[in-house]
Amino acid sequence: MRTTAHRPFSRDQRTTIVYGMLAFVLIIVILQLWLLTATMNAWLGGDDTVVLPAAAVSLGCLCLNAGLLWYLARLERVRRQLSG
Amino acid sequence: MSEVTADPRSPIDPQVNSSGREGLTGTAPASLYGPLVEREQITIAPDFAPADAQPAWRQDFPIDWPQDQYVERRDFMKFMVLTSAAFAVGQLWIAAQNWWRRQNGSYEIRRIASVDDVAVGGTIVFTYPAEHDPCLLVRTSDTEFVAFSQKCTHLSCAVIPRPEEGIFFCPCHEGRFDLRSGAPTAGPPRRPLPRILLDIRGRTIYAVGVEERTV
Repeated sequence: MRTTAHRPFSRDQRTTIVYGMLAFVLIIVILQLWLLTATMNAWLGGDDTVVLPAAAVSLGCLCLNAGLLWYLARLERVRRQLSG
Repeated sequence: MSEVTADPRSPIDPQVNSSGREGLTGTAPASLYGPLVEREQITIAPDFAPADAQPAWRQDFPIDWPQDQYVERRDFMKFMVLTSAAFAVGQLWIAAQNWWRRQNGSYEIRRIASVDDVAVGGTIVFTYPAEHDPCLLVRTSDTEFVAFSQKCTHLSCAVIPRPEEGIFFCPCHEGRFDLRSGAPTAGPPRRPLPRILLDIRGRTIYAVGVEERTV
């Protein structure tokens, strides 16, 4: 039978993970900023066809970011549980 | 003898005659079988030198820099996710405003002035569609009238008509719009002025709608 060792990540490993996540989150947030300004410009110009797709994409980006944050919280929770 | 500057997190002390290992042989430090200190609980100075080699102020107020760095990045990531939420809320706000604008329906037809009230090259200020939406009616020739919102599309300052130059001028940031089309020709504005749709019935000029444009 195959078993998996559940060893928690060390602090250095978690720092590396946070750096990777942070780079990803920063790119997504910049994308959201661009999306918001482009949507606002189009909407103020009377073009409302992009409003709903842009809102959906922005919500998707938020879900992605929240998922990454949830993963980080889970890493720390597992770490605390295993270290007593 | 030089001070040992190895990484203090390492459980193996490479130097035989270092502090705490006097009289011992082999490579195991004297504290190897003592109570274990968790690796992440060890305070590490920025130069990785041992604690007793640090200046007094750092010994009194030690900061675990790797831990500090981890917490800082983690908290910054939380702040970025909060920023992401703010942007998403902004998008939803635009969608809600758009829905509200559609619910309000079409524009009302409102009398602006009589043709005889405006001389060629002259202007009249009126409000449309709401009471707080100032607009400008300009007579460019005997038979031609144009009307635009008076709010600059940059930061909503009131534009000033200059028919002799063929422009609307925004004094706040020196923006310029073409008098006939409302298109931006200079300065920071990027979008044209919203055009007020006109209908001339007999000798009376009516505003019948607003045309917002991106180019």
